[in-house]
Order: sequence, then C-alpha cells, then structure tokens
Amino acid sequence: MARAAVLGRLSWQVATVSAVRRESATARTLVLDVPGWTGHLAGQHVDIRLTAEDGYSAQRSYSISSASEIASEDEATSPIELTVDRLPDGEVSTYLTDVLEVGDQIELRGPLGGWFVWHPDDPRPVLLVGGGSGVVPLAAMLRTRATRDATAPFRLVYSMRSPIEEMYADDRALSAAGVSVHRVYTRKIPPGYPRPPERIIADDLSDPDFGPDRAPQVFVCGPNGFVEAAANLLITLGHSADDIKTERFGPTGGPP
Amino acid sequence: MGIVSRGFRGRARVDDPALPPGQYLTTDFPVLSAGPTPQIHLDSWRFGLTSEDGSSRSWDWLGFRRLPAEDITVDLHCVTKWSKFGTAWRGVSIDTLLEHVDTSAEFALVSSYGGYTTNLPLEDLTDGKAWIAFEYDGAELHPEHGGPARLLVPHLYLWKSAKWVRGIELRNDDEPGFWEQLGYHNYGDPWREQRYWAD
Repeated sequence: MARAAVLGRLSWQVATVSAVRRESATARTLVLDVPGWTGHLAGQHVDIRLTAEDGYSAQRSYSISSASEIASEDEATSPIELTVDRLPDGEVSTYLTDVLEVGDQIELRGPLGGWFVWHPDDPRPVLLVGGGSGVVPLAAMLRTRATRDATAPFRLVYSMRSPIEEMYADDRALSAAGVSVHRVYTRKIPPGYPRPPERIIADDLSDPDFGPDRAPQVFVCGPNGFVEAAANLLITLGHSADDIKTERFGPTGGPP
Repeated sequence: MGIVSRGFRGRARVDDPALPPGQYLTTDFPVLSAGPTPQIHLDSWRFGLTSEDGSSRSWDWLGFRRLPAEDITVDLHCVTKWSKFGTAWRGVSIDTLLEHVDTSAEFALVSSYGGYTTNLPLEDLTDGKAWIAFEYDGAELHPEHGGPARLLVPHLYLWKSAKWVRGIELRNDDEPGFWEQLGYHNYGDPWREQRYWAD
C-alpha cells in the first residue's frame, strides 16, 4: 500500500470542491473531497483535467498543499488542498481561481511524483527554498512536519514579488518550534523593511544551522529562473548536488 | 470523455493534429529537471558507447565535434503537458555513432552527468530517430537545456531526451531509468499518452 501511496491510482477520479479560500492577492486554495483517496506524501502533486462541452480538455499539474496522510485500506483520508496561483493568461488557472465554486466537480489523478518528497521519519535538517507558487509543495512539507510531530529542523527561504502575494502567512506550521522562515522580496517590500527589493542572494541561503556541514536535505521549487539561481548559489556555497532536489514550474526565465 | 466542467471554455483553438492528446502548445521553452544544472567542462567531457559484449568506444569533445552532424527541426512533447513545435537543433545522429558497431542488443540505457538515466528500446534510437544534439536554435546548447550535449529523441516524451548525456549502454535486458523507476511510463509515447506506468 505504501507503493500505491507513492505512485497513486492512475485512473481519473472526480473531486468535489468542498471549500475555497483566498490564499493571497493572486492565489486561491481549493479544498477537494476525493472519494477513495488513499493519501499522499508531502511534495506530491495531482494532474487536473477540465473538459469543455465540446469535448475539448486541458490538463495541468498542481502541488498538494495539505499535510501528508497515508490511509489504511478501509479508512478515508481528509480532503486534499491545492493552492492555485492565477496566471493572467492561464487557461486552467483562471478557471480554477475565477469560475470554480463550492459544489463543482473536477477530475484529477494522483498523487504523482516520487522524487520531490519529504518523509517525516527522515531526521536530517531540511532547507526549503521557494519562489512564488513554488512554496506550495514546501507548505505541504511544513504542515506534515507539524501534524506528524516531526522534530527535524526546518528553514524556509521564501522569495516573493511583494507582501500581497505571500501565501500561508498565518499558518501555524510556519511558526512552529524548530521552523525558521526568511522572506525575500523582489519587487515591493513591506513598510519599514530595511532592505531594498532584490532577488535571492547567497546571504539568504547561508544560515549556518543549514550549511553544507550539516548536510541538510534541500528542496528548491518555483519558476525556472528562480530555481536555477537558487540552486547555483547553493552549489557555490558548498552544498552537494546530490542533496538538492528541484521542481521547476512555468516558462523559462521570468521574475520569481 | 471526462465529466464536463461547468463553465469551462478553454482557449480559442483550432484542432491541431500535430498536438498529442492532453498537450498544450507553448512558445516558451520550459526547463525541468530533478536537481541542479550540472557544470560540465568541455576539456573533460566524454561520450561513451558501450556494447552488450562490454566493448566500448568514447569521444572527447573535439573528436565528437569532428563527426558529421545534421540540422533538424522537430516538435517536442513534455510529459508535463507542454508541446513546442518547430524546434531547430544540430546534432550527430545516433546512426552515425553506431556505424561500425556490431550489436544485437535490444535495449539502451542512457546516462548523464549528474546521475540521470533513462531507458529505451534500441530501435527507438536508430534509423534517423535520435541525435546527440549540441546546438539549439542556431547557438550552443545552453546548460539549462542540457548543454554541452543532450540526447534528442523527439518521438517520445522529452524526459527520454536525456540532458547532459555522457553515455549509452547497449543491453540485452531493459533497465528502467530514473523517472521510469519513479512511476513514469517505461516507453513514453506521447501519441498514446503514455505518461505514467499504468497508462
């Protein structure tokens, strides 16, 4: 059954929207009831499929933001949550953020992805580096840490364009003991913030408790330009490429 | 057909027979990978071809670049749903590399700098179906897209086109590569939408 949890059921399942929640100025969290869902690991995603009346369909992948649960055979898990960032010309994201309502149904399959996952019994320190919507799978890892009472030290380095785009700001999983969060603002800073807006630099990734000598597991997620910059900084700082897992969203380049 | 999503219209579209099922067309060139971009120096770059009997040959960068190369234009299909039409590459055909190789192997295991691997039947690499590409769009292949050289096998999902390629091993048995072991389809035909292991 653990294999099924990692590799998922591949048939398309019908999910019903049980709640929606504004997560930031541009993002919305969907709470989905999926009958027969047997759980997921932190970091995994689902494929969503939308079908128009003329039969046209579009598929996209979205990371699961809710904490990991693995159900046993006869037990259902809680609803899953996806956080969708609205891309202005996005064919699917605009539907999920503007049109979809509580009670609507969409098709999904998964969970998918066995690589970019964090296992709660892994004792290594964890350095999470997220740009924009790249924070979504990292939130699942933080929430899993909280619900499983894991004690591995976590640090989240979260890069965003402006404070209004911040997601999960009030989530207790981000302010739990053993978790530190460092924010990077690339376009607009909060009032009184002592540093001008700028992209991620080596100093943002240099906390000694998560340095190469501590051999943390590193997860980097976000648009490709961000991931490339952050991963190269981490390599320059001495982290081993083998300890760094990346997940890249969206088109090449572009601001985080 | 799936359940209809209330109010979903999708983009204005023309039915495009060149687009495999479940794909959308992009004019960007997205970058996806499992880890950081490997930093490879041309003076230590090697490409090795190993046969099922253990014999092998290898090329350094200068030797590789002296091989006859060709310009090709192909469509790309990534398992993450994007497709990109009309991409221009320059590379050495795998047929050229296999020219004096006597093999009865059925399978190939491709490996890359950084540890990535992928597997495919040998017949999917031959007869003008695959190249070791070193130029994209008229310029040196950028490291993010697999430079200095990558495998290019456009008729399969792009994860089979191993970036930062360093070797091909011809084998009698099929050995699943990196993504194949993590649940992606063993073959990966975009036209049959073979994304994941049970598709």
